Amino acid sequence: MINVGLNHFLIVSGILFSLGLYAVVTRKNAVMVLMGIELILNAANINFIAFSKFGNLGLTGQVTALFVIVLAAAEAAIALAIVLNIYKTFNNVNVDEIDHLKD
Amino acid sequence: MNESLLINISIALLFLPLLGFATVIFLGKKVPKIYLFEVFIVGMALIATMALMFVKLAYYQSHDIIMAFNWFTIGIAGMKDSFTVELGIKLDNLAVIMLFVVYLISFLVHLYSIEYMRGDKRYNRYFAYLGIFTFSMLGIVLTHNILMMYIFWELVGLSSYLLIGFWFEKKSASDAGKKAFLVNRVGDIGMFIGIMILFTHYKTFTFDTIFAQMALGNIPFNSTWVLTATGILIFMGAVGKSAQFPLHVWLPDAMEGPTPVSALIHAATMVAAGVYLLTKIFVMLTADAMLTIAVIGGITSFVAATIAITQNDIKKVLAYSTVSQLGYMVLSIGVGAYAFAFFHLVTHAFFKACLFLGSGSVIHSMHHEQDIREMGGLRKKMPITYYTFLVATLAISGIPLTSGFLSKDSLLAGTLAFGKLTGHWLLPAIGFLVAALTAFYMFRLVILTFHGKPKNQHKFDHAHESPFVMAAPLVVLATLSIFFFYTPNPLSAGDGWFISDWVKTPHTVVPASASFDFMIDNSTAHSTEAINNDAHSATNSSEAVTNESHSSEVQTSAHGEITHSELYTETMHWAHYPAMFASLIVAGLGILLAFVFYQWRKVDADKLAESIKPIYKFSLNKWYLDELYNTTVISGTLVLARFLSLFDGKVVDGAVNGAGHSTKFISRLGGWFDTFVVDGFVNFTAFVSGFIGLSFRRLQTGKVQTYLVLVIFSVIIILLVIRPF
Amino acid sequence: MNLYDLIFYLFAAVTLLSAAVVVSSKNIIYSAFSLVLTFFGVAGLYILLGADFIGVVQILVYVGGIMILLLFGVMLTNKITSVDIRTGTVNVLPSAIAIGVFMGLVTSIMIWTKWVSFPTETPLTTTNELGKLLITEYVLIFELLAILLLVALIGAASIARRDKE
Repeated sequence: MINVGLNHFLIVSGILFSLGLYAVVTRKNAVMVLMGIELILNAANINFIAFSKFGNLGLTGQVTALFVIVLAAAEAAIALAIVLNIYKTFNNVNVDEIDHLKD
Repeated sequence: MNESLLINISIALLFLPLLGFATVIFLGKKVPKIYLFEVFIVGMALIATMALMFVKLAYYQSHDIIMAFNWFTIGIAGMKDSFTVELGIKLDNLAVIMLFVVYLISFLVHLYSIEYMRGDKRYNRYFAYLGIFTFSMLGIVLTHNILMMYIFWELVGLSSYLLIGFWFEKKSASDAGKKAFLVNRVGDIGMFIGIMILFTHYKTFTFDTIFAQMALGNIPFNSTWVLTATGILIFMGAVGKSAQFPLHVWLPDAMEGPTPVSALIHAATMVAAGVYLLTKIFVMLTADAMLTIAVIGGITSFVAATIAITQNDIKKVLAYSTVSQLGYMVLSIGVGAYAFAFFHLVTHAFFKACLFLGSGSVIHSMHHEQDIREMGGLRKKMPITYYTFLVATLAISGIPLTSGFLSKDSLLAGTLAFGKLTGHWLLPAIGFLVAALTAFYMFRLVILTFHGKPKNQHKFDHAHESPFVMAAPLVVLATLSIFFFYTPNPLSAGDGWFISDWVKTPHTVVPASASFDFMIDNSTAHSTEAINNDAHSATNSSEAVTNESHSSEVQTSAHGEITHSELYTETMHWAHYPAMFASLIVAGLGILLAFVFYQWRKVDADKLAESIKPIYKFSLNKWYLDELYNTTVISGTLVLARFLSLFDGKVVDGAVNGAGHSTKFISRLGGWFDTFVVDGFVNFTAFVSGFIGLSFRRLQTGKVQTYLVLVIFSVIIILLVIRPF
Repeated sequence: MNLYDLIFYLFAAVTLLSAAVVVSSKNIIYSAFSLVLTFFGVAGLYILLGADFIGVVQILVYVGGIMILLLFGVMLTNKITSVDIRTGTVNVLPSAIAIGVFMGLVTSIMIWTKWVSFPTETPLTTTNELGKLLITEYVLIFELLAILLLVALIGAASIARRDKE
């Protein structure tokens, strides 16, 4: 590890991705799951921008990152609306108790 | 004012009534007095129209202003087989005069209707309909291409339908609306075919382009016969709209509509649209087509005049008189007296609107009594109505000092000249006969309505002069029936500005072989042989000549009156005085007879009618034309329909039922196969999958996160397998 | 180790540590505020990568918008006054194992892959260039995203709306 390069960013993003995945998988609260998803999206964005800088691709990666941020905002709004609806229906937001799909 | 301003004004004028229509129809239920907006709009537009007309006639007299744009292009523009449809406006002298006529009468009718229609439960809607009618009529007047004309043509048909059937609770009114619409359709089919012939050949709808091509010798399918047919087919549209024989039957029935509507649509403007169309296509009419048109016009004017003599409904008399006068105009177009046809159109619009509004005034004060046998003596009760009605009657009868005298006299002179030039003497004979009949039945109407003693005392006592808003239009229209608006010389229209300056007969573009000799212009007559070879010289004779050359030719022409050949000009001069005296004599005769019969009662009209009962009945029953159509066209259609329904019931249904039976049998067979073979197989499959599903069910917890962990395991396995590192 | 590297390690540490807190904290409010810190860290990484505009947008949208949304979500779905707002976990052990393996795999891929990398100059400010790209090459996607946002907005409102009765 002499100089900070592409790999460093990628590793950070990989760890961030895994942490987000962990949150999504293990946490009961639906809002926490959403937070995990945001972490995952951020990790992906770091990758985009890193490749954009080191891959001689111009600003395309950055534009894509921008789009991802917009999508994340839209996703958050919709997801929270769904969470609110779930809360109204089940009176809690624990994803492990919502297993009606089973039946 | 420059040209683009004029065009902008005319576009605004075109769409203002539509604005009025939309406003009134959408706000009619919410704002009680919204109809005033429509009246206001038309009034403002009338002022603008007058300005427009004066500018056009004063500064752009020999200069047509055209504004056009491409609506859409089919195919790639400029390539072979592609064509572009243009929309546009053409302001020529005829258009601005018509614009003024339409707006003036429309405004007066709006004004008049405020009082006449008061208390009607669809008051606002009535004004909305007037608005959409004015809009569509202006579209016809202003257009520069025949497609747009056709569109607006149908629109006036629609608004006419709406207004005839305005009191649709009455069965007769709704029937009359339907009849008008359907009869018009018959004529419009012909017009549509004619338009399509032109379009197929020229790939354009624009009048000027088509006529310029024709002047170069490029005629449809290279056959003068097709050109004749095209002219007659387009004329069919005019037959329907202008109520020419044999399609005139709708117009008298259309009197079921409110009387101001009759004045506006079925006397002054819409029915004149047919004549206006003929003036537009005048240059492409061949000799045969013109003769056909003249004959149809002659028959119409004669038939309608004979029917009008015996009618007892005040509006019916006027309706038949309208048909008769429209026949005159068509006859006049047919004999080549283009300018006089248009002149008569304008003068007729004013005095006939005056007559209709006057009759409306009578009907209004008599509590919707329309039978003239119940009237009489109204002269003292309704002086304004009486005197205006009288002026208009004098005009329609062709008495000197009136506009009607000028137009009718020159029109008859035109037929007389035509008779001398071609030998068709029957046409002028019919013309003079009809003039006598017209004077007779119009004075019969006046005498029975206004003179003598009241026949129905009760209704007479309640009669009263109409209020100001109804009387004012009558006065305006009666004033416009005086000669000095059109010419300084009360004996000759040719000296006036209307004929010599404003309305000039265009040069025909029909090949010389298919045209009347006298229609060929002298200035280019020497080159007529070379029309097909020498395109350049032919352009000079076309209607689409540049305006400079147009006006210069007018100045070089010997008399500056009409730009026909010398022969025609001379014949017109020859015909002028004989026609004038003859028409005076026949009109005087007709009036005298009317007085003898109805005023002084020297001869009992009823006894006379008894003695010639078959003829009287024939006329009273309108030549049995409605009955004829009932037994032939309508029952023929019914018989055909019944036959088709029988065919449907027996043959088509039989085939369908047979097919149904056989299908049923086959499906029974299939059903058996299904139940035992297919179902068995399906059930077996279902059983197997159900078994497998039960065994795998334990994996499915229904929890999202469990699935996600499984996904992660799968991804790990995939990564280990493909080893991308 | 120069200043650039130092700053990188600082931001990376902030990001990862706060992310770990987000993931592991029992209290959802703590998680939420740690998430703010994570977003700041990520924004710092963006700026280190020369994406100044994206960094700023990250702060604006995530910290200013999405975080607020999430906090609203927390508040609306937890009876703060009565019940504690701690949240439990499930499947901790299998998930930890699986994700540990997954992380190892991913990072090893990151490290051992021979990335073709060019040392390139990023312009000092990217805002101008990004703006041009957005209204030229990516204008269609840009407009589509605008519509998508609108749809999401309406959709969210209609999903979350209380019923009439």
